Amino acid sequence: MTTVAVKPATMAQALTRAMRDAMAADPSVHVMGEDVGTLGGVFRVTDGLAKEFGEDRCTDTPLAEAGILGTAVGMAMYGLRPVVEMQFDAFAYPAFEQLVSHVAKMRNRTRGKMPLPLTIRVPYGGGIGGVEHHSDSSEAYYMATPGLHVVTPATVADAYGLLRAAIASDDPVVFLEPKRLYWSKDSWNPEEPTTVEPIGRAVVRRSGRSATLITYGPSVPVCMEAAEAARAEGWDLEVVDLRSLVPFDDETVCASVRRTGRAVVVHESGGFGGPGGEIAARVTERCFHHLEAPVLRVAGFDLPYPPPMLERHHLPGVDRILDAVGRLQWEAES
Amino acid sequence: MTVMEQRGAYRPTPPPAWQPRTDPAPLLPDAEPYRVLGTEAAAGADPELLRRLYAELVKGRRYNAQATALTKQGRLAVYPSSTGQEACEVAAALVLEERDWLFPSYRDTLAVVARGVDPVEALTLLRGDWHTGYDPHEHRVAPLSTPLATQLPHAVGLAHAARLKGDDVVALAMVGDGGTSEGDFHEAPNFAAVWQAPVVFLVQNNGFAISVPLAKQTAAPSLAHKAVGYGMPGRLVDGNDAAAVHEVLADAVRRARAGGGPTLVEAITYRVEAHTNADDATRYRGDAEVETWKQHDPIALLERELTARGLLDETGIESARQDAETMAAALRAQMNQDPALDPMDLFAHVYAEPTPQLIEQREQLRAELAAEAEPEGAQ
Repeated sequence: MTTVAVKPATMAQALTRAMRDAMAADPSVHVMGEDVGTLGGVFRVTDGLAKEFGEDRCTDTPLAEAGILGTAVGMAMYGLRPVVEMQFDAFAYPAFEQLVSHVAKMRNRTRGKMPLPLTIRVPYGGGIGGVEHHSDSSEAYYMATPGLHVVTPATVADAYGLLRAAIASDDPVVFLEPKRLYWSKDSWNPEEPTTVEPIGRAVVRRSGRSATLITYGPSVPVCMEAAEAARAEGWDLEVVDLRSLVPFDDETVCASVRRTGRAVVVHESGGFGGPGGEIAARVTERCFHHLEAPVLRVAGFDLPYPPPMLERHHLPGVDRILDAVGRLQWEAES
Repeated sequence: MTVMEQRGAYRPTPPPAWQPRTDPAPLLPDAEPYRVLGTEAAAGADPELLRRLYAELVKGRRYNAQATALTKQGRLAVYPSSTGQEACEVAAALVLEERDWLFPSYRDTLAVVARGVDPVEALTLLRGDWHTGYDPHEHRVAPLSTPLATQLPHAVGLAHAARLKGDDVVALAMVGDGGTSEGDFHEAPNFAAVWQAPVVFLVQNNGFAISVPLAKQTAAPSLAHKAVGYGMPGRLVDGNDAAAVHEVLADAVRRARAGGGPTLVEAITYRVEAHTNADDATRYRGDAEVETWKQHDPIALLERELTARGLLDETGIESARQDAETMAAALRAQMNQDPALDPMDLFAHVYAEPTPQLIEQREQLRAELAAEAEPEGAQ
């Protein structure tokens, strides 16, 4: 056996490793989707799985998302644990009826007799220069569907830990993978055991006293950058990474907002009817007497996702976040 | 010799096809629906099977009548009757082994009951005290599916999973003529054929999708022909001929179990009642048409065959009728009792563990119920 120097892994590699470890640990775990077999997925996230586990365990399906998810439902009914890849956010829409009418409801309609342990991986969000239909933030649709867990990692370690937790869950999990973080690296070491935390816990990525940035997925690194930049303005920002949109961790979010007294919700998804409205309402309902200013939102504009040459104007960036922080009624303090 | 040949013109030698093209002829359905009753084939039918089919058909019709009556008494929210289609319903259930799975649509309560599900539990959805009243794993019957054709890919996935595990389990999925226009109807047979999954698709072509006749639904030569496009055999059968439906389905199940892949069966039948008790069929079809179909009634067809062959007499007919009445009386008695409802159940099965948000909401409802239960004036 040779010792290989550990190179920092990317988020994509951590996701692959999570599926590989899950498949090795549990023969009922099956990966399926478009191009996931021989090619290893268009983002190479399933790279090597078909070779290692065979095409019956990592299957190239016909090109039909409702069929993929619908057959995965049947496989889960028979005791398998399918991990489905939807190739892109906007390509998951044909599977929406299966997701809403069956995946989300099966446990409930059968009084718990027929749970569906399914993971639905969806690469989502913009910032990769994708043409039309390749950059949607579809999380609000999933959040609005009772019966689904909705999870999204922002770090390499969480990509591994949350995907293992999703596959192990006896409930269906929509696992949203921020496309533009696929190639991000951090200090996660694939050869060291990673703690698999239960789904539903947010984490404070950066402690601060002035205000809380509440965010998730692709916007977490942007918020971290904004928090660094804010130091020049004299603001010490706390960053909460939600990790799980359903269930929602009111406890961690509200503990932070009660400490700082100010909050901005940041996400790529459109603001109107988006996750930020729900989050702002929850924070306001629970932390009203601790708030020094209304909870603000920095979101994508309420428009169809822009063409790649214009997407930078749409995505929440450091300046837009800092502008919002600046509007948190600081003058009231002096 | 032409000028082109003289010049050594390009003679097409096309590159090899991606997929060896197969001969569609063996997949094509017969020109006419397959029949057994009243034909020479009837002589080969198993008398025990015919008797059993007859008893179930009579019971099935009585069940439909009882359930429809229960809607009028307010005991059922709605009932989509399968009167006239009992042969398909019963044959689909009887053709399966214990280990097999049935995937019914919302009109297939009879098949569910014939498979062994408790007649009251089968009506839970339509009574409205819960969505699915039975444990799908107990009799290997999936929940009655209201969204059209969406249960078909489930059947394919389940059959595929069974095959991967090495179990010789077959899934039989039921859908109506209207359902064949849905996208899931296209995707499920396609997956099934690519995977060679042990599935049988039974299309009950009863002539109408609520009010819309088949001519407005498809331009295909027949619904059975759709099978050919997926690379599986299509079979056309008289859906009111219980012996024929049973035989065609049994062939398909045998073929699937032996690893031969899926089959699509179109059974031509007729929805004698309206779409549901809430529908008015006189708005879209005439009495004459209904009468024609009543002449081709599945129970009458089988009864004629059985009596002609001396397998059934007046006593047998009366005894089947009595059994059906006993079943209906028991159903009536049970359905006339109010179901026990616990509002807390609303929160119990959304997830394996309720989310913190659901726990909050559950406690809110609990408090509201406690307040309702307080005697008037007690503060």
